[in-house]
Amino acid sequence: MVTDVGSLGRTGVADFVLQRASAVVLALFGLCVGGWFALNPDPTHAAFVAWFTAPAMSIFATLALASLAVHAWIGMWTVGTDYFRPHYFGRFATFARGVWLGGTALLTFVYVAWGLAIVWRLT
Amino acid sequence: MRVSLYRYNPDTDAKPRMEDLELELPQGKDLMVLDVLELLKAQDPSLSYRRSCREGVCGSDGMNINGKNGLACTTPVSVAAPRGKLVLKPLQGLPVIRDLVVDMTQFYRQYERVKPYLINDEEPPAQERLQSPAEREQLDGLYECILCACCTTSCPSFWWNPDKFVGPAGLLHAYRFLADSRDTADAERLAELEDPFSVFRCRGIMNCASVCPRDLNPSAAIAKIKTRLVSDGI
Ligand code: SF4
Ligand code: SF4
Ligand code: FES
Repeated sequence: MVTDVGSLGRTGVADFVLQRASAVVLALFGLCVGGWFALNPDPTHAAFVAWFTAPAMSIFATLALASLAVHAWIGMWTVGTDYFRPHYFGRFATFARGVWLGGTALLTFVYVAWGLAIVWRLT
Repeated sequence: MRVSLYRYNPDTDAKPRMEDLELELPQGKDLMVLDVLELLKAQDPSLSYRRSCREGVCGSDGMNINGKNGLACTTPVSVAAPRGKLVLKPLQGLPVIRDLVVDMTQFYRQYERVKPYLINDEEPPAQERLQSPAEREQLDGLYECILCACCTTSCPSFWWNPDKFVGPAGLLHAYRFLADSRDTADAERLAELEDPFSVFRCRGIMNCASVCPRDLNPSAAIAKIKTRLVSDGI
């Protein structure tokens, strides 16, 4: 049976708002990085690092990584609770949904951890 | 005219099948799909379907006509089957009882959940609770629903989560009472709907609006419920 377990915001309203807010952050981040490349048609690695490692950019990048995790989880949880049905998976529907969501969680975790290590130069 | 009919009798059939038939239609008349069914039933009385008013009022003969849900009694054969082949199946997503008759329990259960009646604990006035013409106008496009289930059974979100997603028909009625100036239960009604499934599984695909035989737009009503929920939540 499909349940609310795993719903990030607990209510549909919270999920709805979080999904949209995180999309806005991601769009702004994309525009910001894209904008830098547009303004620097001949970029050097050193120039990019100097810009990207400024504290404001690190905070922005962290926010973007958090938004990505939130956005991905809400979207994949919704897909998981829509399509992973006994109709397709028989008795294994709940198990298959678990694998799907577990995979999402793992990938997101690795991506965010790796991203944070890069942004905050922890390596 | 060629007709392909979904047939299933749980007493004798292991599984449903499509039956192909040829039917001589009277010349010079554009019959409704329901007329075709009546002609077929005259030939084979075991054919089962629901109907009552035969004029689009009772909502009992919703079915899948050439891939699109609609009322058999108000859908002309020329519109449904321009290439001369009529394909009739039961509404999708609900258990089939027999032939074109489906079990509507799940649909009614979701309808019941939205408390489709006026709630107002204030002392009723001597005569009636009055509305201004502008307040009354808020109910247009909502009260006309005949609960035919054409919309809800064409909604993918209802197919996936029929026990949790209210579905377009039920939500249209939920909004009908939220929009009613005489109803005082807005807060409880909204609280019932704020979980991740009841309303928010609507993806705005608008299958509902494209099939409604009364030309209503449940997805617009759902969008208004979402707006109310979000603005109340902030
Ligand atoms: S708009 Fe919403 S309710 Fe209507 S068919 Fe699409 S998902 Fe279902
Ligand atoms: S909204 Fe339209 S399609 Fe849906 S149940 Fe009401 S009349 Fe039928
Ligand atoms: S028979 Fe009543 S709506 Fe078609």
